[in-house]
Amino acid sequence: MTDLATTNILVAGIGGQGVMTAAEILAQTALAQGYDVKKTEVAGMAQRGGVVTSHVRFGEKVNSPAIPDGEADLIIGFEPAESARWLEQLKPGGVMLVNQNIQVPPIVNIGLFDYPDDPVASIVERGVEVHAFNATKIAQKIGNIRLVNTVMLGASSTHLPFSADILKEAIMARFRARKPKLVGINEQAFLAGQEAAAAS
Amino acid sequence: MDQSISAASDEAISNRAFMSGNEAVARGAYDAGCKVAAAYPGTPSTEILEYTSQYKDMYSEWSVNEKVSLEVAIGASLAGSRAFCAMKHVGLNVASDALMTQTLVGVKGGLVIAVADDVGLSSSQNEQDSRFWGRFAHIPVLEPADSQETYDMVKYAFDLSEQFNTPVLLRMTTRVCHVKSVITSGNRVNKESLGFVKEQTRLVMTPANAKHRIPFMHQREATMRDFSNSECPLNTITPGTDTRIGYVTSGPAFLHVSESFPDAPVFKMGLSFPLPTEKIREFAATVDQLVVVEEIEPLVETELKAAGIKVIGKDILPLQGELAPNILRPAIAELLGEPIPQDLPEKRSGISVEVALPSLADDLFPRPPTMCVACPHLGIYYTLSKVKNTIISGDIGCYTLGSGHPWNAMDTCICMGASMGVALGLDKGRAPSDDNKSILAVIGDSTFMHMGMQGLLDITYNKGNVTILLLDNRAVGMTGGQENPGTGHNIHGEETQRIDFPKLCEALGVNPERIHQVNPYEMPTLFKAIRKEVKINEPSVIITNQPCVLVDYYKNKPSFEVIDDKCTGCTNCLDVGCPAIMVTRRETVTKPNGSTKELAFVRIESAVCTGCDLCPKTCGPDAILPIEGFTRD
Repeated sequence: MTDLATTNILVAGIGGQGVMTAAEILAQTALAQGYDVKKTEVAGMAQRGGVVTSHVRFGEKVNSPAIPDGEADLIIGFEPAESARWLEQLKPGGVMLVNQNIQVPPIVNIGLFDYPDDPVASIVERGVEVHAFNATKIAQKIGNIRLVNTVMLGASSTHLPFSADILKEAIMARFRARKPKLVGINEQAFLAGQEAAAAS
Repeated sequence: MDQSISAASDEAISNRAFMSGNEAVARGAYDAGCKVAAAYPGTPSTEILEYTSQYKDMYSEWSVNEKVSLEVAIGASLAGSRAFCAMKHVGLNVASDALMTQTLVGVKGGLVIAVADDVGLSSSQNEQDSRFWGRFAHIPVLEPADSQETYDMVKYAFDLSEQFNTPVLLRMTTRVCHVKSVITSGNRVNKESLGFVKEQTRLVMTPANAKHRIPFMHQREATMRDFSNSECPLNTITPGTDTRIGYVTSGPAFLHVSESFPDAPVFKMGLSFPLPTEKIREFAATVDQLVVVEEIEPLVETELKAAGIKVIGKDILPLQGELAPNILRPAIAELLGEPIPQDLPEKRSGISVEVALPSLADDLFPRPPTMCVACPHLGIYYTLSKVKNTIISGDIGCYTLGSGHPWNAMDTCICMGASMGVALGLDKGRAPSDDNKSILAVIGDSTFMHMGMQGLLDITYNKGNVTILLLDNRAVGMTGGQENPGTGHNIHGEETQRIDFPKLCEALGVNPERIHQVNPYEMPTLFKAIRKEVKINEPSVIITNQPCVLVDYYKNKPSFEVIDDKCTGCTNCLDVGCPAIMVTRRETVTKPNGSTKELAFVRIESAVCTGCDLCPKTCGPDAILPIEGFTRD
C-alpha cells in the first residue's frame, strides 16, 4: 500500500457510456493493491441517457460510500458538460480529465435548453488543472468506439496513488480473461489516453 | 444461536470478494441454507434475485408482484424451509396484506423479507420509511450499513426468525444495495426442511383463531425488546473522545456519521426495532447531548423522547433524503455554535470559502433519462401526442417518461397498475366540460400483470369508457429487462408458457372486437386505431407488440442518414424524441404574413441509429434515408 489517506475519484458521464465499468476497474485495481474500497453508483431512472456518476473511494479504511462535496481528488468526465456539472465536487487542487466529445441530449435538441459554448473553458477559468482531449476520436481512430473507457482510464493512470502500470496490467488481465482478442487494442487505447492527458 | 455474527470468524473456508449490498444479501441467504427466494423487480432491490438465481441448489422466481412473492415465501416457510423475498419499499405496500397477518402466524422455516428504501428517490414515485412496518407488524427490523453487514445480518436474520418465531425485516437503502465494498463470506449450511405440520389454530387465520395469536405477537415483541436491550450483538457502541455529542444511528447513516465526526461516540442500532431504549439511555448518560441520525422519519427519535430521553433529531436534520456528510456537518456545526461562513452554501462547510470550487450545475441544462434510440414507446407517444382532447392515465415503467418532452402525453401516474382504476374514475367522475375528452390508459406488460389486470376487470365490469394501450415490449424494461409471464421465459431464461394478452383481455371482459394488436412502429395504423377506439363508448384495448430494444433478440437494421439538401428544418422528426436525432443548425425565418418560425436542421447519429424507421415517417420531404451499403462493426 502506498498511501493511507482516502483517495476519492468521481467518474461522471451519461447512462450507457461505460461510467460504471470504468469505476469498477478502478475499484478492483485498488482492491488488489490491498486498500479498503467502496464504490457507489448514482443513476437516475431507466439509466439511459441520464446523468450518471460513480464514486470510487479507497484508503486504509473508508466509511461513507459517497464522496463528500468538494473532496474528489480526481474527476474523470466522459463528456464536457457532465464534467462541468460536478466541478463543485472537486477538491481545491484536484485534477479533472475531460473527454471533449459533446453529447447533446434531446432536451437541448428540441430547443428547451442550450448547450453551453465551452464547458471546459468554464472549468479552466477557475484555475483547475484540466486535461481535455477527444477520447472518442482517439477510440475511433484505434478502431472501436467502445475503447473510450480504456482511453479515459489510461488518462487517469498518472493521477493515481499507485503506478500507471498497475492499472494498465489490471485492464489487460481483465481482457486476457474475457476477450483475449481485444488485449492489443486496449493496450493501444490505454497508452493513447495517457499520452493525450499528458499533452493537454 | 451463534452470538458472533462476524463471518470472518467462521470456521469455514472464507472468501474475500468485492460485492454490492444486493449481491451480499443474496449470498447471505444462500449461505444461510435458504431454499426458496422470490421477488418482483424494483429499483434498488432488483439484482438480489438475479444473484440468488445463479445458485442452482436454491429455488428462485420472479413473482408477478410483491404480494405473491411474500406469499410464496410464507408457503415455503410453512413447509419448514428457510425462505426469503425481496422488494423495493413500495413493494411492501403491496405485500403488506400478507405480512400483517403472517406476523400472527409466525414462521416454521426462517422467513426474511429484504426491503429496499429508495432514500433520495433515484427511481421511485415516493420516498417512504419501511421501518414503520416493523412497528406496524410487530416484527424485528435489522439495518445493515454495508455489504459485509448485509451478508452477516441476513444470515443472522434467519436465526432470529426461527428463535423468536417471527418474520424478520431487513431494511436496506439505495446506499446499501448499490454500493460495493469488500466482504468475507463463508459457505452454505445445509438446512433440512422440517416438513409441513397441520396446525389449524395457528395456520388458519379465522377471527376465532387470530384473536388468540395477538397476545403471542405482543409477547414476542416484549421478549425481543429485552433481547435488543441485552445480549443482541447488533447494537453496539463505538467509543469516541469528543463527548459533546453522542450519535444514535443505523444503516448507511452510521457510515456518514463516522465519516463526518470520527472522534464522536456512536451508538449503532443493527436491530433498530424493537428499539434498545435502555441501552441508549445508558449511552446518553456518557455524552453531553444525543443526536439521532435516522434516514427519513423520526421513528427512533419519537420513541426515545417518549421514554423521557432528551434527544435532538429532525429539528436540525431533514425529513427526506440521505443524511450524507454534506448535510450532517453544517447541521452539527450550527448545533455546537461553531462558525459557518454566512456566504457559504451550507453543504460546503468542510472547506473554506476562499478556495472551494463553485457549482456550475445551476447554469447547465438538465439531463433527465431518455427513452432509448428506436424504443417502441417513441412511436406510441409521438402518436398519442397527436391525438386531440385526451386525458391520459399513466403507469409505472420506462413509458412514464412519456409525460416529459417532447411528447407530454401522460397526465397522471401514481403506483403500479393505477392507470386502470384512475382511468375509470376519470371517466365516471368527469365534469360536463370534459364530455368531449377521451380517457386513455397506458400500461406496460409487466405492470399490467403485476396489478393492472384487476383494474381492467373493474373497467369492463362497470362499463367504463376507457381506451387502454397495453405496451407489450416483452420485458420489465425499467429495471433492466427481466423476464415475466409475458416473455415466455422464467428467471433462468428457461422456456415456460407465454401469456396471450388478447385472450387475457377477452377473459377479463373486453369485447374481442375492441381488442387490437398493432405494431407501434406503424404510426398511421396506431393513430387510426386510437382515433377509432376513443369514439366507441366501451372499453377497448390496443396492444402494441414490438420488443424492448435492449432485449437480446431485437434486430438492428441499416442506420438512417439525413440528406442535407432535402432537410427543410421543419422539426417534425424531433417530436419523435429519439436521442439519435441531433440539431446541426437553427434558423429563424419570417413568413409572408410577418410571423416567424424557428427552423432546426438535423442529422442522425448513425453509430447508434438502429434503423427503426420511425423518424422517416414524420419527414415530409423524404430527407431521411437508409445509408447505402451500411454495415455494423
